Amino acid sequence: MAIPSHVLRELRDALGPERVLTRPEELIVYSYDGTWAEGQPDVVVNPTTTEQVAAVLRIANRERIPVVPRGAGTGLAGASVPQGGIVLNLARMNRIREISPEDMVAVVEPGVVNQTLQDELRPYGLIYPPDPASLYMSTIGGNVATNAGGPRCLKYGVTKDYVLGLEVVLPGGDVLRTGGRQIKNVTGYNLTQLFVGSEGTLGVITEITLRLLPAPAARATAMAAYARLEDAAHTVNAILSAGILPLTTELMDQACIQAVERKLQIGLPVEAEALMLIAVDGEPEAVEPQIHRVADICRRMGADPVEVATTPEEEEKLWLARRSVSPALALIKPNRLTEDIAVPRSKIPEMIRRIQAIAREYDVLIPTFGHIGDGNVHPDIMCDRRDPDEMRRVALAAQAVFEATVELGGTLSGEHGIGLLKKEFLPGALGPLAIEKMLGIKKVFDPHGIMNPGKVFPEA
Amino acid sequence: MTSLLQQIIPGQQVTGPEFPDYDVLQGCIRCGRCLPVCPTYQETTLETMSPRGRLALLRAVEDGKLDLTSSIADYLYHCLDCRACNTVCPPGVPIGELILDGRAAYAVKAGRPWWARIALDRFLTSARAMEPVMRMARLYQRLGLPRVVRPVLRALKGRHPAFHTLFHMEGLLPRLPSQPLHARLAEVTPAQGERRYRVGFFLGCMMSQVLADVSQATVRVLTRNGCEVVTPPGQVCCGAPHDDQGNKRMARDLARRNIDLFARYQDLDVIVADCAACAGMIKEYPHLLRDDPVYYPRALAMARRMRDVSEWLAEVLDDAVPLAEVRCTVTYHEPCHLANAQGVREPPVRVLRRIPGLELRPLPDSTRCCGSAGIYNLTHPEMADRLLEDKVRKIAGTGADTVVTGNPGCLLQIQMGVREHGIPVRVRHLTQLLDEAYARAESSRAR
Repeated sequence: MAIPSHVLRELRDALGPERVLTRPEELIVYSYDGTWAEGQPDVVVNPTTTEQVAAVLRIANRERIPVVPRGAGTGLAGASVPQGGIVLNLARMNRIREISPEDMVAVVEPGVVNQTLQDELRPYGLIYPPDPASLYMSTIGGNVATNAGGPRCLKYGVTKDYVLGLEVVLPGGDVLRTGGRQIKNVTGYNLTQLFVGSEGTLGVITEITLRLLPAPAARATAMAAYARLEDAAHTVNAILSAGILPLTTELMDQACIQAVERKLQIGLPVEAEALMLIAVDGEPEAVEPQIHRVADICRRMGADPVEVATTPEEEEKLWLARRSVSPALALIKPNRLTEDIAVPRSKIPEMIRRIQAIAREYDVLIPTFGHIGDGNVHPDIMCDRRDPDEMRRVALAAQAVFEATVELGGTLSGEHGIGLLKKEFLPGALGPLAIEKMLGIKKVFDPHGIMNPGKVFPEA
Repeated sequence: MTSLLQQIIPGQQVTGPEFPDYDVLQGCIRCGRCLPVCPTYQETTLETMSPRGRLALLRAVEDGKLDLTSSIADYLYHCLDCRACNTVCPPGVPIGELILDGRAAYAVKAGRPWWARIALDRFLTSARAMEPVMRMARLYQRLGLPRVVRPVLRALKGRHPAFHTLFHMEGLLPRLPSQPLHARLAEVTPAQGERRYRVGFFLGCMMSQVLADVSQATVRVLTRNGCEVVTPPGQVCCGAPHDDQGNKRMARDLARRNIDLFARYQDLDVIVADCAACAGMIKEYPHLLRDDPVYYPRALAMARRMRDVSEWLAEVLDDAVPLAEVRCTVTYHEPCHLANAQGVREPPVRVLRRIPGLELRPLPDSTRCCGSAGIYNLTHPEMADRLLEDKVRKIAGTGADTVVTGNPGCLLQIQMGVREHGIPVRVRHLTQLLDEAYARAESSRAR
């Protein structure tokens, strides 16, 4: 649908002509996110203030024009891919409004890049724990909208655990403030959490108050290779039962190990069924004995070999393998469907076995890695978009993975969201009542359905 | 797969690799990792000004969704060619090279601007070809005209982009040498003391015509370290400006001439350049000539012998040759075409650490482009100014009294920046600082 010229004029008046983009080459670069999903916007607007966002939502609500909020466009579910309408590019709203060491909060605009915030916090000795793999480029606004996780969340939790308050512009242009600056808050419904993970379907987040933590002084890592996948999964429980809460427990399956080894040739155990990286953090005096206890537990659970790193340089070497998974997989096939299912921790070995069986059944390659301590695994279904037969098998394999996940009591998405790519699986995962209630909530905030339509929920 | 681009340009016979390879373009998984390192994206937060966006534009053209218009070319030309994106791209897509290929495709379709055809194709083909222009520039300086012209241009630069460009052009020019170095440097400069190496010297056009003092210092530093320096007469431009501005044909032609010339000197241990852009370009000759079955292997051979002077010095610096104490605080700006394009990051720092008395202070974002970027500061003065301002502020923030770098573009740009912003910092090439330390040691021994 084309935007009427009087509406474009109104947008230009509200934002300034240079902040309203309509040329084809300016639109096509807002037609994608970090997936292969594509869809064209009719106009892209680049607001810099809450008032400008409000003006856009006032106009859009009146004219019933879809609005897709977008940060850095790095999402992995197609949530910020437009299907016509207005792309609201929030990348320009990237100021850190406040860092308060006294209240241990940061107040930021949605376009602040996660890593930028981490860098600014360093001099204060503070951290914002959620660390999605995309932290170098993804924005806090996007992190909140998808309730992003990250490797550290076994110990520190996910984005929702650090969002204390929000400023949200609602369709129509009203500005809602939720929550506050304190950890405890039971005054009325928890509207803040309603927006966390809402994927832009309720309103536009324009300010976020984040909880911060003191930066831990030290960190150490152990890397353990397992001949049997199940032993790796059981190790996580053994560590927790021993009274140690690791920072992260990252798992790579054999397909990942082999892909990384092919790329780097650093002597990874290609025969192993699983490679696990376990990190602990805290006071230096505590960290060192702890990581050696972790290593002992790994050995007892059947890992061989086990390596321990206590200096940043040694750690860097161990983490190189894990960080290289994505680039290594990119060398195998040009495209992939990155899933991020989560199952109860006890079901991880079975889930991975099922994924491997599905890969065989549909003749596709599905390397799996993930943060197994929190039950979140990433089966990446490798594919080539130009091969229609393979793409058909990939779609079937994806469906089988989701069905297996739900059967094992899991969830479709641990940290990427549903967006465009997983919405058809939502009914199977949630059931009709939950979806009905969710759509009811959406109606309260967005009566005309202009906020990111066609996302999360299957078409009615 | 035939590039679709080749089909949409009617009547154009395309055989060379003028076009971004479609399969290579497909390699972009759109993860966005390049966004935070791209200076033009950081400045604008617009996807059209990002590496991922530029590749998306090229892909849209090849998919037949968009025409390759001047507007798309404009976004391609807004790229600094700093290659920061290449260094972080998870699947390793050669983003910078693809964008240059896109510029070449546009040049084939729409032709190139008159100024590029005159300035680059006629005069910037070798240091010798530059001579008529440089003679005028030397005269301009000798007559004392800068004192009159500079304030006028400064007042006018806001009025029109052409004045801004002229202001930059004028402001960038340092006091020119009375004679270019290629005219007075012997073919063979013997090593001081025992000859340990025979080193070819690729004398860049800018180095010879504008920064002759620097390259002379480079030659002295090399000879002091047992290098016999061979500077083959008849060198031509490395081709970087032409590749940068969409003229692949001329870039390849120049590359072949340099390859042939240096192939005649088979006994060289290495070929050294003190211009990061030249060394980077020569290391890219194989990519440039990848479709030329005759020259590709020769390009590979030359690229393998090529070293940036800092790389070579880090390897051969002779402990027996005394370096005097140089009491200064130094910060190091990393040229894009050294750090990003060539991946040379440690060697210059290792060399600096060898100079006694020198205190090295880290420069925040040391690999972020200073805005010089070939002729970018002339073609895009406004964006270049923004990057320069940021660079100068960070240099000033270190409190260093000397900033060291390794590329003529960066040297001139930062020199202009610190002068315009009134920052009391010396701007030096790495070899100049070394030369200073050697010279002092020699004079104190003579006394």
